[in-house]
Amino acid sequence: MKVDKDIKYSKTHEWVKFLDDTTALIGLTDYAQEQLGDLVFINMPAEGDEVSCDTPFGDIESVKAVSDINSPVDGIVAEVNEEIAENPENINSDPYGSWIIKVSNITEICDLMDADSYERFCQEEA
Amino acid sequence: MKLIFERSTPGLSCEVLPPCDVEPYELKPEQRRGQELRLPEVTEGEISRHYTQLESQTFGVNSGYYPLGSCTMKYNPKINDEIAGLPGFSDIHPLQPAHTVQGCLEALHLAERLFCEITGMDNMTFQPAAGAHGELAGLIMIKKYHDSRQDEKRNKIIVPDTAHGTNPASATMAGFTSVSISSGSDGLVDLEALKAAAGEDTAGLMLTNPNTLGLFEKNIVEIAEIVHKAGGLLYYDGANLNPVMGIVRPGDTGFDIVHLNLHKTFSTPHGGGGPGAGPVGCKAFLSKFLPVPRVEEKDGKFYFASDYEDTMGSMKAFYGNFLIVLRALTYTLTLGRKGIPEAAKSAVLNANYMMKSLEDLFQVAFPGRCMHEFVLTAEPLKKKTGVSALDIAKSLLDHEMHPPTVYFPQIVHEALMIEPTDTESKQSIDEAVKVYRQLYEKACTDPEALHQAPVKTAVRRLDEVTAARKPILRYNFD
Amino acid sequence: MGSYIPNSKAEQERMLDFLGLASLDDLYDEIPDKVKLKDGLNIPEGKSELEVRRRMETLAGKNTVFHTIFRGAGAYRHYIPAIVKAVASKEKFITAYTPYQPEISQGVLQSIFEFQTMICELTGMDVANASVYDGATACAEAISMCVDRKRDVVYVSATVHPDYLRTVKTYCYAAGRKLVVVPEKDGVTDIAFLKENLDEKSAAFLMQQPNFYGIIEDAETYFGVAREAGAKSIMCINPFYGAIGRTPRECGADIAVGEGQPLGISLGFGGPYLGFMACVQEMTRKLPGRIVGQTTDLEGKRAFVLTLQAREQHIRREKASSNICSNQGLCALTAACYMSTMGPSGIKEVANQCLSKAHYAAKLISSVPGYELVFDAEFFHEFVTKCPVSVNKLMAKLERQGILGGYPLGGPYEGCILWCFTEMNTKEEIDQLVAILKEGIQE
Repeated sequence: MKVDKDIKYSKTHEWVKFLDDTTALIGLTDYAQEQLGDLVFINMPAEGDEVSCDTPFGDIESVKAVSDINSPVDGIVAEVNEEIAENPENINSDPYGSWIIKVSNITEICDLMDADSYERFCQEEA
Repeated sequence: MKLIFERSTPGLSCEVLPPCDVEPYELKPEQRRGQELRLPEVTEGEISRHYTQLESQTFGVNSGYYPLGSCTMKYNPKINDEIAGLPGFSDIHPLQPAHTVQGCLEALHLAERLFCEITGMDNMTFQPAAGAHGELAGLIMIKKYHDSRQDEKRNKIIVPDTAHGTNPASATMAGFTSVSISSGSDGLVDLEALKAAAGEDTAGLMLTNPNTLGLFEKNIVEIAEIVHKAGGLLYYDGANLNPVMGIVRPGDTGFDIVHLNLHKTFSTPHGGGGPGAGPVGCKAFLSKFLPVPRVEEKDGKFYFASDYEDTMGSMKAFYGNFLIVLRALTYTLTLGRKGIPEAAKSAVLNANYMMKSLEDLFQVAFPGRCMHEFVLTAEPLKKKTGVSALDIAKSLLDHEMHPPTVYFPQIVHEALMIEPTDTESKQSIDEAVKVYRQLYEKACTDPEALHQAPVKTAVRRLDEVTAARKPILRYNFD
Repeated sequence: MGSYIPNSKAEQERMLDFLGLASLDDLYDEIPDKVKLKDGLNIPEGKSELEVRRRMETLAGKNTVFHTIFRGAGAYRHYIPAIVKAVASKEKFITAYTPYQPEISQGVLQSIFEFQTMICELTGMDVANASVYDGATACAEAISMCVDRKRDVVYVSATVHPDYLRTVKTYCYAAGRKLVVVPEKDGVTDIAFLKENLDEKSAAFLMQQPNFYGIIEDAETYFGVAREAGAKSIMCINPFYGAIGRTPRECGADIAVGEGQPLGISLGFGGPYLGFMACVQEMTRKLPGRIVGQTTDLEGKRAFVLTLQAREQHIRREKASSNICSNQGLCALTAACYMSTMGPSGIKEVANQCLSKAHYAAKLISSVPGYELVFDAEFFHEFVTKCPVSVNKLMAKLERQGILGGYPLGGPYEGCILWCFTEMNTKEEIDQLVAILKEGIQE
């Protein structure tokens, strides 16, 4: 599995990349996409929806599984990545280049891990 | 194989109807359909050939060994279909006056008595069209019951983690939150986990007994006590009644509501996905909540009654999949008081026999006595050879056998869930065991062969990913 | 006693020996005695096939099979061609399980794909599923497709079939959903009520075409109102009406549902029938139940498979929007075979004969004093008349001549009759009916 050193990780396998103090991109980790297999569909939130820590804002489907996508922050959905909505398989090929939503007005950040701790966390889970 | 649309030739048709014998009437132009109606234009011979070819690419219960776990693919007796096809049943309009349908009503009344006796319930509705539909009906009754007592905080249904997916889905449809409790190391309901989950917000517990691991919940009396004490009701998912019918009655073990899958336990066919029937029985204190209409009898005359103030309503139009109920009734009358438990015992004997014949190779997920089915795990095999449960399943197809249920229950990794049923012979089980053993050996020597399977079937493994990513869900005429 | 156990006692004993057990009862030794049935089931002894047949034939004999039927109200007698019955009796179609193993189930899968296509054609919609239980549950499931956190109030016209309305009410009660019944005015949906009430909380409006009274409603106008309020439109349609009348798509519906029983399925005292569901492309993933899609196998051969399964209960569990698992597969196959047999011209011919015969009958019946039409509205193959005599007595009189008369209505139309005419009713039958009505009743 790959990790990206510059971003933060949640226990439910989302990554967060801060663009500034109150804006961030959220995606799914390499570990998550590997567990799920070939991704076929994402249920996206709408722009303007509120998201909050450890609460699902959408879900993602493979052929035989479905998994919630939880928010690692409290904030407002500023943008959904339409390209990923159309081509969820991009998450399989490039998980860290494929953000799912952009959240702005972030007021709270959940308990997140850095790359090293996340790697250890995944090893334990496996 | 061609689609029926690809067999179509403009202008061809089957001449079925005589010309209209009254003056033609037409809709007003603004009410008429503008879109073209592109249905096939074919002759009868072409249709006959088409469906004969489709049938040849279909695997029926008599095509081969069919041990699909949790589905009870037993033999479907022919007499059942013949009875359902009698014009005195099949040509009866559902809204005929009661005195012209006394036979239909008597059949429903008789079926209610027999299935209530088998389940230990007091009343039953035949309205639900399938098991999941029965679950929803039963859960709405539970909701009605708590509502009627102004006990409105009960919004949770407890469901073991081994439950069929329909259980939590039904709970959601009935407006409940489902609380999943994990099974103990013995594969049974963990009483401590249940105690912790049960409380004043518990509406009820849904339980399949024997459970989907094929194990009888022997603590059922204690389970019932815990749930009842908390103020909840017990719902019996009848998907797995087959191995205990005539041996244990859900009603005697504390269950308040039961649904049956007539298309599993009572030998009615599965129809390539349906129709089934999911009658729901209950104890007397819940009868007033049953859906309407209900069949009743007075002085030897049968009639429909709908005037129940507390009824939950209706689950569908009319009275359920009546012709399916007739088939199940025919089966029950045929087997009778001794034949019912004998069928159950045969199912349990077959399952244990097959499990013991395989346990030296495949690991049994929860060893011990099983009921109608048992669950193997192919995980050790997969670690050793890379061959998965799916590969085993696909390889069985080349041996003209239907695979077991795979990857369920979800708590068992690489699960193979095998239910031989009561109508399988020792001989066919022995042959199946031989094939399973061959496949095991093949997995160790030539795993690639199993990854490639099937090779003899009409089509090979499918690209399910593209099917889901770029769905093509209808024929494109252009 | 009948039995389908294929092992002899001797074989069973060999199997028990292998297990180290002395008797069949030992198979249950882990079940506590206190929960076991002590004296066996209190049901009759099993019977031979011939005895059971006699018993069931006796029951069938207690029902009246009418040679002439003028009653519909949600269940319709149409001609079922011999080929349709033959195809629907093919053993493998009858006994197969859900096609979860596509490599050995192409027959069933392809038949469903064909069925989905035909339902799309009939309704004018983009996508259809593999069936649900019946017309009533199709309505209930369609409503669930439209509800979300922001819009959770549903509107159903009072002119839909009463059983459908009751079923929808039950489903809404279950889900804790607010349901508003849009009142009826002169036999049709009260448009003024719709206009006044639909708002930003409204999830959907459901109507039936033709409605319970046989009337063709102005669906387009209603759906325009719904669209303006941002609510979805659901049309429950008679499949034969769909063949000649404006389709749900043409009327602006988002979802089309209906009862497929008229398409080659016997009356069967109410079931099994066939719920069909179709919708616009955008709502595809909200459709409940099984859906078959086209794909290829690893050699590139066209093949069919159950797809979009992550919507369904076996994967999504408590988050699934529907719990449906078993559907009405064999009935869907029957309907597809029926539609293929009749073809576009045959289906339209049935529809036109229904329409023409109903109008012929309406003209004659309403000319009999006291049998005036209750509604002044265009209808398809059903209509309501008054009845100048006791409805029960009239029905009894018809029954003596082997005729099942129209359906006696209740509620606000107590004393009125809902008549139905299909291609099965000949001119002679209709003339005979009118003659009987003219004779009157000896009160």
